[in-house]
Amino acid sequence: MTEPESVVLGAGVAGAPSGGWRTATVAGVRRPVPRSVQLRLDVADRVDHLPGQHYVVRLTAPDGYTAQRSYSVASAPGDPLVELFVERLPDGEVSTHLADVVEPGDVLEVRGPIGGWFVWDGVSPALLVAGGSGVVPFVSMLRTARALGRTDLLRIAVSVRTLEELPYAGELVDAGALVVTTRESRGIRPAGRLAAEDLVPLWEPGQTAFVCGSASFADAAGRLLLGLGVAPRDIRIEQFGPTG
Amino acid sequence: MPTPTRGFLGRRRDRDPRLPPGQYDVGADWPVLTAEAAPRITPETWSITVDGRVESPTTWSWAEAHRLPPSEYRGDIHCVTTWSKFDTHFAGVSVDTLLAAARPTAEAGFVMATSKTGYTTNLPLADVTGGKAWIVWEFDGRPLPVEHGGPVRLLVPHLYFWKSAKWITRLTLLARDQPGFWEQNGYHDRGDPWRQQRYQGD
Repeated sequence: MTEPESVVLGAGVAGAPSGGWRTATVAGVRRPVPRSVQLRLDVADRVDHLPGQHYVVRLTAPDGYTAQRSYSVASAPGDPLVELFVERLPDGEVSTHLADVVEPGDVLEVRGPIGGWFVWDGVSPALLVAGGSGVVPFVSMLRTARALGRTDLLRIAVSVRTLEELPYAGELVDAGALVVTTRESRGIRPAGRLAAEDLVPLWEPGQTAFVCGSASFADAAGRLLLGLGVAPRDIRIEQFGPTG
Repeated sequence: MPTPTRGFLGRRRDRDPRLPPGQYDVGADWPVLTAEAAPRITPETWSITVDGRVESPTTWSWAEAHRLPPSEYRGDIHCVTTWSKFDTHFAGVSVDTLLAAARPTAEAGFVMATSKTGYTTNLPLADVTGGKAWIVWEFDGRPLPVEHGGPVRLLVPHLYFWKSAKWITRLTLLARDQPGFWEQNGYHDRGDPWRQQRYQGD
């Protein structure tokens, strides 16, 4: 009698790198987008990540109390620093500290890279669909593609309330990303949500579709892709933030 | 103890003893976290099968599952993404009831749970027996919403919630452990929140 083969959903990238707890020194702090912070970290003895992986940041209070959260990496593996983009949540505990308190020279505990599923392999065509700060892992993918000379493999669609709120807006627009704004018109396009007809010209058979954003965005984008005939096994979703 | 982070005091000073380390109380919210597009499954087409190292592989339809002795869970749930939710109420049937019908063989030591989407997660048999695991179709007295795994999900509340596979359709008894979906992708094989077994190597 043999064990049944039960794994159908993809295994992600085989042997995706993973790293344990490390000490990171904050090398740079920028706030190019309101209510968020971009941290550049010098991670001691770091394990190179794959684009799409994330890091955990752990904060410790003087009495030993700790709080930790996960953040996607925006930098490419070849970048000497690890770049995290953190959206400041109004009631956040870790994100508010990172956005309001952290300065260059501070030392943070980080763990990563983590995750083998929401990872681009660097050789397969991919459609990247982001809501708001969900673009962060896609920025890592784009930067990786640029380093490899393979930006032709990626198609990017982003939905955000206003262009001002879009992390890495200039970089994404320069790369030819479709940017849909829900609260302001852009060019001849009125304010509105990402629609199926937006994705039709971007979708090609053989692509893996990566979706990243809030739970409600991810659900809507997943449905759009299924409606276009994308097979469920070709859709990878990363969601963040609580819902009601 | 790690060196304190400059300027960090932490917000929640009175920790609820029900909170495992590294978790926070999400309150009334119930975050949705899924790696794949939610499938639309009608109760009429849903079934659950218990197979593998069992004497009587068995499949129950929606109606058949609902004729089994009901069982419920009242208590807390914990997600590896650090939220915990207190005082949840789920209803369905105990996994013990399903296993009693299928009769695991002596060599069965592990379970692979499989969802309609192909999502898998592995568990020691001891973690789903003895009143510790359910398949559930009700949350707070209402049908389980699709985004939370409806019509039916696995519920193993003493482990991180990725073990509570949504859209459950199969429990396969195994002689040897093998990693499921997240377990192949960097997460811990068992996932005990009180031991913070989040990632491989914890």
